[in-house]
Amino acid sequence: MRRRPSNESPGDLPIDPDVDVRDERAHPERDAFRPPASRFPRGRRRTWDIIAMIAAGGGLGSLTRYLAGQAIPAQPGAFPWATFLVNAIGCFALGALMVFVLDVWPPSRYTRPFLGVGFLGGFTTFSTFTTEIVDLASRGAWTPGAAYTAASLTAGPAAVWAGIVLARTIAGLPVRQGKEPAAETAS
Amino acid sequence: MTLLLVFLGGAVGAPARYLIDRFVQRRHDSVFPWGTLTVNLVGSLILGFLLGARSGLGLPQEVVMLAGTGFCGALTTFSTFGFETVRLLEEGSFREAGLNAVGSLLLGVLAAAGGHALAGLFA
Repeated sequence: MRRRPSNESPGDLPIDPDVDVRDERAHPERDAFRPPASRFPRGRRRTWDIIAMIAAGGGLGSLTRYLAGQAIPAQPGAFPWATFLVNAIGCFALGALMVFVLDVWPPSRYTRPFLGVGFLGGFTTFSTFTTEIVDLASRGAWTPGAAYTAASLTAGPAAVWAGIVLARTIAGLPVRQGKEPAAETAS
Repeated sequence: MTLLLVFLGGAVGAPARYLIDRFVQRRHDSVFPWGTLTVNLVGSLILGFLLGARSGLGLPQEVVMLAGTGFCGALTTFSTFGFETVRLLEEGSFREAGLNAVGSLLLGVLAAAGGHALAGLFA
């Protein structure tokens, strides 16, 4: 399995959209805007406000997901539209949000914990997705089960990508930002 | 009442996901998102158990709302799963992206079915 390049700390890596102190290390200028006292309490204490924002966002996201499920009631043995739509919409929103958080908006301490890790993380769900597949299979509803599985696995990443592309277009950023070939980055 | 239970469960599940993800991500140096896989598998196992316990053991609906819809729903995440898969694709880690999608699905369904079966053992 490919390893992280040694000059990248895990937090620099795009695969982890959570907030991380390493993001702050990558933007030392942020410290200049913080009251001096807040630079000192490292470790647990200074992350409690982050945890609280994630909790608030996670509670609201879960509530929204529950209400979506009430609005689109699941029929036993049928395609679970509520979870599918919640997950696809949440993927789209996270893709767009991450572009704005990382590349467009000025650094913010609470945007990503509240909206990304909290709200969208709590809004979308993997456990309901897997238990619904098990439920459909146990009822012998193979066609809706297979359709739900394939549609979710396709729509999730596709929606993330659509969100990223839309946000980059709106922000006037190049749409394709994949890793440059090694020969070019080395020069 | 149900709304409050779902909110409270989610308010605990989301920070739990954040802390578990950070704990796991610090302990490896591959590009594979082991942290998200971990929370998604644990959440699938617990939710499978809760739903099995509801039908087999008469677990109250309030507990399912708090620990299932709220906690497990927020502990697990589809948006980060999708996001990490796309980021792996974008940086050319195609094998890891495919492994993440297929592995999360297969192991997640196994965990959910396992949790359900586990509840059946107590019935």
